[in-house]
Amino acid sequence: MDLALDPADLAFRDEVRAFFAENTPASFKPRVRAGMRLEPPEFVAWQKLLHARGWGAPSWPKEYGGTGWTPTQLFIFETEAARADAPVQYHQGLELIGPIIFTFGNAEQKARYLPRILSSDDWWCQGYSEPNAGSDLASLTTRAVRDGDHYVVSGQKLWTSYAQVANRMFCLVRTDPDARKQAGISLLLLDMDMPGISIRPIITMDEIHHTNEVFLDNVRVPVANLIGEEGQGWSYGKVLLDRERGVTAATTLRLSQQVRGARAAAAAARTARGRLIDDPVIADRLAQLEIEVTALEMMVMRTMAEAASGQDSGPRASMIKVRWSELLQEVTEFWVEALGYDAAAFAQLDEANAAGEPWPMLGMLYSRVTSIYGGANEIQRNIIARRALGL
Amino acid sequence: MNFDLTDEQRLLRDSVDRFGREHYDFPVWRARVLRGEGFDRGLWRRMAALGWLTLTVPEAQDGYGGSAIDTMVVMEGVGRALMLEPYVGCGVIAPALLPHLAPGGHSALLAEIMAGEAVLSLADAEPGARYDLVGVETRAEQQGDSYVLTGEKSHALDGAEADWFVVPARTAGAPGDAQGVSLFLVPKAAPGLAVHGLRAMDHRRNAALALDGVVVGADALIGARDGGYPLLRHAVDLAIVARLAEALGAMEAAYEQTLVYLKTRRQFGQVIGSFQALQHRAVDMAIACEEARSMTYLATLSLGAEPAERSRAIAAAKARVGQTSLFVARQAVQLHGGIGFSDELAIGHYLKRLTMIDMAFGNAAHHRALYAAQAA
Repeated sequence: MDLALDPADLAFRDEVRAFFAENTPASFKPRVRAGMRLEPPEFVAWQKLLHARGWGAPSWPKEYGGTGWTPTQLFIFETEAARADAPVQYHQGLELIGPIIFTFGNAEQKARYLPRILSSDDWWCQGYSEPNAGSDLASLTTRAVRDGDHYVVSGQKLWTSYAQVANRMFCLVRTDPDARKQAGISLLLLDMDMPGISIRPIITMDEIHHTNEVFLDNVRVPVANLIGEEGQGWSYGKVLLDRERGVTAATTLRLSQQVRGARAAAAAARTARGRLIDDPVIADRLAQLEIEVTALEMMVMRTMAEAASGQDSGPRASMIKVRWSELLQEVTEFWVEALGYDAAAFAQLDEANAAGEPWPMLGMLYSRVTSIYGGANEIQRNIIARRALGL
Repeated sequence: MNFDLTDEQRLLRDSVDRFGREHYDFPVWRARVLRGEGFDRGLWRRMAALGWLTLTVPEAQDGYGGSAIDTMVVMEGVGRALMLEPYVGCGVIAPALLPHLAPGGHSALLAEIMAGEAVLSLADAEPGARYDLVGVETRAEQQGDSYVLTGEKSHALDGAEADWFVVPARTAGAPGDAQGVSLFLVPKAAPGLAVHGLRAMDHRRNAALALDGVVVGADALIGARDGGYPLLRHAVDLAIVARLAEALGAMEAAYEQTLVYLKTRRQFGQVIGSFQALQHRAVDMAIACEEARSMTYLATLSLGAEPAERSRAIAAAKARVGQTSLFVARQAVQLHGGIGFSDELAIGHYLKRLTMIDMAFGNAAHHRALYAAQAA
């Protein structure tokens, strides 16, 4: 048992560290530090940069163009990215549909889609949630009816992030309305320029257009765009559970960025009695957050070490997702509190008065969705209780 | 980077757990404490015979030549079985301090302790200093070849059972100074030493000490005169990390027993574990156990790090393990309902042990403040 990296991993760390130091755009850093998402063109540029270096898919196997890195190398990569205020890669193509395609897709689908995910020439959005299928996703009603060589798809998807920039969508549809809930669901790949797809923007509380409603009106999708077998779509999501450790590591290790930002804000803030950070109540709260983040980082480190030696981590990835979202919220709340009235400078009213940088406030607002998306924390607890605790 | 135990460490873990199952069955344990007895000297000698007390003693000195990871393995079992034996004083602190005993001192003591024949206790706290190791007011005046010790010690773990005490006393400087603290080995029968034994809620038999002109020789010095603090700090860090593992073992046992209860206790025609409010609580307990294990590893594996990193890791771990373990123990009582409040179930005893471990060497609030001070 030890925390040390071996010489090869240390050399790898130095290589990655140098890359991030040299290549992370300064314009990204303040927003990344605040836990914000970058703009889509920035995500594309970052992905292309990593792809050019051969690091487009850190968590994929080599045969599909991934790096084939060990979990330890992945841990180092993400730790160094966090240290440099480098962003997380956008995940919907890379971590959600990509692995499903290379695990369940046919040769043609792999050849057609995977390289364009790596190069970020395709942007994938996820057509899962619906107005009446949120946490209870399996009650989705979007229909796909076979008509010759096509499925005719009709229905409505909700919370479709970046549908407005995506050129492709992976979509859960009901191909058998008579089958039991999960059994009638299939996974289809849509091109966003197919006739019958329309998009309504949804502006979220951070005043940003991340997400959308997508209406599907008799969209004709070639049968060749079906992943795997009809009626098996629900089960393909399970591959993601096995890969969850890597994604969890990537996002969780970024908490150190928000902690750094919050600490700097508390150190910069002045009160009538001196620095805010010297107020014992503030120092105590910050210490508590830092200690909890340290515990979570150690959980990630243990999880990655177990992955490296092929051990099961049980439900720890789900536990980390719960704690990460809770802590992201608490840390960004602390940050905004530390700003005091500076946090009121959110947006510009006229040219004479610059608003500064509202990133911490935007990061705090954005953080609210992290305990909801990808299975709300209450759903995560249900899953852990059932699968791991046997309740 | 790995968190796996070696084969030897796994064997040790299994051996400690088996020992716990065989000798600390809860009704037997409870009957013992109800009789007002302390730890079992016979069991203690058997633990000694198994070599558990020599884990961190170098092989050259007939020890096992192990590390803090071995200590961690044993202490998890100590916590799980609620063992009452004075392992921290004898298996952790004694091997860290006694090799530094002055020439001519009682050099056979370490061997006696390793054999389970003598018990050592560190009197680490004073009435006015709370958890502050440098808040030493007890004075040691040199008179010829002797030192005369006068002062009060508020807490010595397992002190009511101890044959020997390590007493930090001031030979120079003022309370609050690290420099000027010296460590002395004092036998319990020393004239002028009053040992006030008190049982804690977890049935550990501790002591407060009053030293009124206790005379010891210069050969009772452990480490350098005036320079005892680094040794004391080192021994206490090892003891903190050991108690983190003890807390981990205790909290995991409380959690596991609660999970069994949730799956067997029926109310409203169904097992209570089918209720979502209780399921979510159980998940939060499971997460707390994972956090505590992670922090215990961090502290244990940071013992060899450079001083700033080491002390930050230990402070962070002591704070978080204190919080998470008490959360788990309190929820274990809550989820058991009325029976959880009973003395007849182990659950309440886990809460009591964990309350005392959180207090030991400074509670969560104390260590969070230490952490904050180091971060500034």
